[in-house]
Amino acid sequence: MTKYRINKTRFVDQTKTVSFTFDCKEYHGFKGDTLASALLSNGIHLVGRSFKYHRPRGIMSCGSEEPNAICQINADTNLTEPNVRATEVELYEGLRASSQNCWPSLNFDIGGINNLISPFIPAGFYYKTFMWPKSFWKKIYEPLIRLSAGLGKSPSQPDPDIYDHKHEHCDVLIIGGGISGIISAKIAAKNNLKTILIEDKNILGGSTIYQNNKNFIIDNKKSNEWLMNEISELEKLDNLIIKTRTSLAAFHSYNYLLAKENISDHLPLDKKNGDIRQRLWKIRADKVIVAAGAIERPLIFNNNDRPGIMLANSVKRYLDFYGVSTGLNNIIFTNNDSAYETAVSLFEKGISVKIIDIRKKSSSNIVKNAEDLGIRIYWNSTVVNTFGYKKIKSIEIMNLSEDGSNVTGNKHKIQCDCLSISGGWTPMVHMHTQSGGKLDFREIDQVFVPSEKSENHINVGSCNGDFELEEIVKNTNNKVKKFLNISKSGFDKISVLCSKELEKKNIWLLPNTISESKTKSFIDFQNDSTAKDIKLALREGFKSIEHVKRYTTTGMATDQGKLSNMHALGIIADTAGVKMGTLGTTTFRPPFTPLTFGAIVGRSVGKFFDVVRKTSIHEWHVQNNAKFENVGQWKRPWYYPINNENLHEAVQRESKTARDSAGILDASTLGKIDIQGSDASEFLNRVYTNAWSKLGIGKCRYGLMLNEDGMVYDDGVTTRLGENHYLMTTTTGGAANVLSKLEDYLQTEWPELDVYLTSVTDHYSTASICGPNSKKILKKLFPNKDFSDEAFPHMSYQDAIIDKIECRIMRISFTGELSYEINIESKYGKSLWENCIKAGEEYKITPYGTETMHLLRAEKGFIIVGQDTDGTMTPIDLQMDWIVSKKKYDFIGKRSLYRSDTIREDRKQLVGLLTDDPNEILEEGAQIVSELDKKPVEMIGHVTSSYFSPNLNKSIALAVVKGGKKMKGQKLFVPMENKNINVTVSDFIFLDKENKRINA
Amino acid sequence: MFVINCPYCGERDQSEFSCGGEAHIVRPKQPTELSDDEWAEYLFMRKNIKGVQFERWNHAHGCRKWFNMVRDTSNDKIHAVYKMGEKPPVI
Repeated sequence: MTKYRINKTRFVDQTKTVSFTFDCKEYHGFKGDTLASALLSNGIHLVGRSFKYHRPRGIMSCGSEEPNAICQINADTNLTEPNVRATEVELYEGLRASSQNCWPSLNFDIGGINNLISPFIPAGFYYKTFMWPKSFWKKIYEPLIRLSAGLGKSPSQPDPDIYDHKHEHCDVLIIGGGISGIISAKIAAKNNLKTILIEDKNILGGSTIYQNNKNFIIDNKKSNEWLMNEISELEKLDNLIIKTRTSLAAFHSYNYLLAKENISDHLPLDKKNGDIRQRLWKIRADKVIVAAGAIERPLIFNNNDRPGIMLANSVKRYLDFYGVSTGLNNIIFTNNDSAYETAVSLFEKGISVKIIDIRKKSSSNIVKNAEDLGIRIYWNSTVVNTFGYKKIKSIEIMNLSEDGSNVTGNKHKIQCDCLSISGGWTPMVHMHTQSGGKLDFREIDQVFVPSEKSENHINVGSCNGDFELEEIVKNTNNKVKKFLNISKSGFDKISVLCSKELEKKNIWLLPNTISESKTKSFIDFQNDSTAKDIKLALREGFKSIEHVKRYTTTGMATDQGKLSNMHALGIIADTAGVKMGTLGTTTFRPPFTPLTFGAIVGRSVGKFFDVVRKTSIHEWHVQNNAKFENVGQWKRPWYYPINNENLHEAVQRESKTARDSAGILDASTLGKIDIQGSDASEFLNRVYTNAWSKLGIGKCRYGLMLNEDGMVYDDGVTTRLGENHYLMTTTTGGAANVLSKLEDYLQTEWPELDVYLTSVTDHYSTASICGPNSKKILKKLFPNKDFSDEAFPHMSYQDAIIDKIECRIMRISFTGELSYEINIESKYGKSLWENCIKAGEEYKITPYGTETMHLLRAEKGFIIVGQDTDGTMTPIDLQMDWIVSKKKYDFIGKRSLYRSDTIREDRKQLVGLLTDDPNEILEEGAQIVSELDKKPVEMIGHVTSSYFSPNLNKSIALAVVKGGKKMKGQKLFVPMENKNINVTVSDFIFLDKENKRINA
Repeated sequence: MFVINCPYCGERDQSEFSCGGEAHIVRPKQPTELSDDEWAEYLFMRKNIKGVQFERWNHAHGCRKWFNMVRDTSNDKIHAVYKMGEKPPVI
């Protein structure tokens, strides 16, 4: 045993030594230790440097509220994790921890200079200082701020661990495995309710499990013994799931809760075995009982942040749970009775202890117990200063004035190596407020407590503001019975004896002989904000707690102000002279403690990140060297390089071949909606801008769909398969939204229409063959079919058979070439495609991808919805007036086409752009201006599509330009970083305006 | 995340649904007869109430049916769920 491991407990197995390193030095602890308890057992308090002033900081608490002891685990590996609280890390063999925020070392930290210049860097320093001179920002200030920002280091490699998600439903979920949680769980589970109990520590029992003080007796047993017995009974219950090492992350509405279970974090490296590291539980509970406990408050006085200054109840836990004394010469500084339990425990283990109490007296049993033991108590006193740079050495105390607002008498210096502070308790109301619950302020002990309104959750125990053992046990029993509608429980006749606190006193900021502007009374230890900073913020006019918080950064560190928020509020209330209850609190947001990204994403990583959709022809594309692009979830061939062609070279070749001979495109990804019903024609009339009633069976028509605001939403060709049967195609990306929009109108506006919609996108594969030789290829594929223009004209469809399989041939064109699209059941898509390729071989048919498709259609001036339009373009803006029916009484978006805004003539309109230098290719998205000298430069439009056309042997572009319709021939400029490109507005149909090619 | 009682499928998680905004805004039967202001009223103006609001919801990842729902936007309490075409309940 080390000098500080003074006690044997049942919670730490002192026969099992565990070795670990801290800052590369090897130490030993025992199985059951946390990193913090193991460090303390080795006499180590100094574990980190503070964020702003780089002051030496020590372990302060024993739980999730820890502000100081945040470490980097397994640094320099891809498993590394920053900002881990040493108080929560279970010790395992081979654990490597290091301190953060110090350089070159924890003991000698250059950043410590910030402590000396601290008078010059108060709250808001950044906002005030980095404003000027402007030129300093980019070269000096920003790099400087980036250098000092952030805590710890993130790993540079992908996380190798596996994370898991699990959905669970239960009747009752209990958050917290302390005494009130255990009582609740037993009542619920004994009444045949499926119950889950979660506890963030590895052992149930909270702080009662090591409470062996004789003043706390339940049913004639010491409270820890009574509770151990209860826990062993609990473990026998079938319908109770107990999850330790599981912390609640979020409590959402409708009792939907997220909890993170640590599965292998505590195992030695060689036993992790690639198992799941953490599991995120997604629990939907009928009823929730919050038994989250309370967090001890620090006290705010000058230099209250030295290593060795700890929360009093944590000192007791280290002693009675881990068997570690945090010092051999202790002083306890308190404003309440609970710290006396620590004093008695220390004394009973033979450790020197003195008590400083800001109250004038206390007449409770536990205080009498301490007095009887002969522990020296300094009543009505306060600490005014502390000494010792890397570890506390001594303190100075003074008497308090009558009203507690000042100090009187002489300073008295006392030596110590640990100062345990206790400023009372703060109920953990985080879960309650996350779920939407409100809070009441209780004046007598200055706490916010839940104001119960929900039918679906309650708070019990100290998170409900019940701090005394008798209250906790009896109130929990009564509340849970009522909540679960149970008449009797095993706890109805329980007898509880406990010490009761009668005298209460709280001073948020303890007085001093010097003004607070010269003191460092820390409120937020992790973000280094002091009482001085809060007062400065108030002087500068910040009144709302939310504003003060952000200005001073109080409560904004990784601990989210678990220790600091109440003091900040109290000091604001005192300074502003208002009641604390009227200030309200800052918002408690999930997660309660930080979650790993791994736990959040679970298994949705790598190839499971999102669905990938592939056409049935995909394999052929892969074998033929296609480069793919993502279009929504689809993988579409982008281009098919031959040898070492780059994108440009491949596209030039593909588009030339397609126009000169033949090309083939996998068009399977286009959305396909099967429309049937006696009102199908009427329905299309209403959703498209053009007329549909007169479309003959077997004919195809291009349609443009608007939103109700008149803006272009989608487009595609729809084919009339029968009297009451159509096949609509949509854009690849828009398919799902179009179906949903059509369903919306059908179900909600026009329920009288007899129309049924079915998505058949995945049902059919489509091979689209274009080019002057396409007809010859089709003839080879379908020798019995008449492909003459008379028998099979443009914009018509016919059924056909290939290899005994039925298919549909549409003669439609998105390239301006003679073109046929063959639709076949998806499972035959690849064989159809291979047949096409084979038949096209003698014409050097080229497969082409989306890039060539885009180029070919741009040559022809066909728009792509979403590329040439952006939700602000009407068909009139696109110069597509021809497709907007004048005769139809109504269609979606019609009325909006003549709103005062949509008829403006200076709207952005689609035009063609030709560069003066035909080899210059514009950048898509580039801005367009008409006057270069005008300041500020006025942007009148932007380039939407731009390519070099091998068929025209010049660059072409589509653009939207204000008032562009009337600008044909006008010179404009596209300013780029290093030059201005001269362009001329042109027609946006660059090739074959007469439509000769589709009938070639 | 709340639980919605789809009138066709029963209770499901909110993640299966999408919200379609305020309910009972009927598309005008004769849009061409409306002034710009009247059309804008239909097209753009929504109440966005803090409190009890009548909303359209779609069971997008389920039966794909649209229905109406009365929800208190301040606390997400759902007061009623009813099919399209049914009379809104008095809340």
